[in-house]
Amino acid sequence: MAKVTIDGRTIEVPDGTTILQAARMIGPEVAPPTMCYYSKLKTSGGYCRTCLVEVTKGSEKDPRPMPKLVASCRTNVMDGMEVGNVTSPKVTEARKGVVEFLLLNHPLDCPICDQAGECHLQDLSYEHGSSKTRTDFERRTFEKIDIGEKIQLHMTRCILCYRCVKVANQITDGRVHGVINRGDHSEISTYVQQAVDNDFSGNVIDVCPVGALTDKTFRFKSRVWFTKPVNAHRNCEKCSGKVNLWYKGEEVLRVTGRKDQWGEVEEFICNTCRFDKKNTSDWTVEGPTAVNRHSVISANHYEVFKQPTEFKLNVVKPLSIEEGEQA
Amino acid sequence: MQLTNRSKVVTQPEMTWVEKLYLPAIFSGLQITIKHLFRKKATLKYPEVQKAFAPVYRGMHVLKRDEQGRENCTACGLCAVSCPAEAITMDAAERKKGEEHLYREEKYAAKYEINMLRCIYCGLCEEACPKDAIYLTDRIVPSEYTRGEFVFGKDMLVEKIEERVDISKRQKNYTI
Repeated sequence: MAKVTIDGRTIEVPDGTTILQAARMIGPEVAPPTMCYYSKLKTSGGYCRTCLVEVTKGSEKDPRPMPKLVASCRTNVMDGMEVGNVTSPKVTEARKGVVEFLLLNHPLDCPICDQAGECHLQDLSYEHGSSKTRTDFERRTFEKIDIGEKIQLHMTRCILCYRCVKVANQITDGRVHGVINRGDHSEISTYVQQAVDNDFSGNVIDVCPVGALTDKTFRFKSRVWFTKPVNAHRNCEKCSGKVNLWYKGEEVLRVTGRKDQWGEVEEFICNTCRFDKKNTSDWTVEGPTAVNRHSVISANHYEVFKQPTEFKLNVVKPLSIEEGEQA
Repeated sequence: MQLTNRSKVVTQPEMTWVEKLYLPAIFSGLQITIKHLFRKKATLKYPEVQKAFAPVYRGMHVLKRDEQGRENCTACGLCAVSCPAEAITMDAAERKKGEEHLYREEKYAAKYEINMLRCIYCGLCEEACPKDAIYLTDRIVPSEYTRGEFVFGKDMLVEKIEERVDISKRQKNYTI
């Protein structure tokens, strides 16, 4: 066991835990944001640098601070380690730089993008970025590649987090999807434009933190904040069948996996559930999905309206018939 | 029953001889009338003479086109989500090949409706718009006979290519 202090809050975690996992155990207030790390995918993390933290005390035995900021998703905790995340001005500054780099080539076409409203890059740049860019160069563009009927690839929006490649490696069998070229020229592609026809290939949509991989069956149907998510399940031979249905009126516009508080899917779902079952009759609806009230998805939904007690009881207390006659 | 202690007992004393003549009262009244005849009039003869609007006046909306005549709106839905009266609805569609001269971006509003009876002319849609597409202008919403006619679609809202709507005054008044 190792005792680690993150932003002044101490927790005891098993050896081999990363700083990020320890921070998530403490709570969302101190957990660093992540763009490439995905707890459900092995070997993910270490690409995007958004989870940088400052280690002000290495360990009990060697209390020297670490010379540079470290990626918390790839650094294991040591006993007595002290970490600064939100309390460290260095980290805030570095994260601002990271966001600027991530947005260097990002087209910022949020008004068109289907991911807008549930995009991690939007959240990240809103919280940690600056509202101006300093680059004078043209943004990178790509030739459009059609990767199949169900999934839409927008390479310009990609931040090269490799999550979808890990999904292709670990969840599906026989990888038909990967990163070609190197460095600045890297791009996500299927080899020789092969259609992604594996049963679980649709999960690349859910793991994509930006709008690079989106659902083609949902393309431009609605903005996410006009749709209402409900929890539903069905008996599926291939997957758990536990999903979120996104309703607009009576119509199911989109089916996605259920996401936890870190924006990661709880269970990967199969393509049949995701793309082919878009009738309410296919599903057993459990109830509305709890949406954070600060999320734009909960905008204009009034399901938790609570009437003030004072108003209800004292001001408009209805009179009984006898009282009414007396008055 | 006395409700308050603020009531006063009013008496009507007998009028004096001069008051009974009524003439001083008539003349003082006429004096006021004649004085107003030469004053500046408070009203305008409306259809012929029109009052200038304040530059920040918020009247009927317009959906702008860019210099090349393409629609600016991409149906991002920010106006609708910012609308406190929930007056705006829209449907998006994907731009097809050959429609590049009609719509500026990949996605456009196939249907865009504002319920003018719901609208409170707060201008939040204009503030939310990231594409400079919607503006409130100094035009007055035309009157209609039925409620249904107040749901303005793209035919009423999008500016015509030949007759552009000037919104430069509103842009100058932007403060951030």
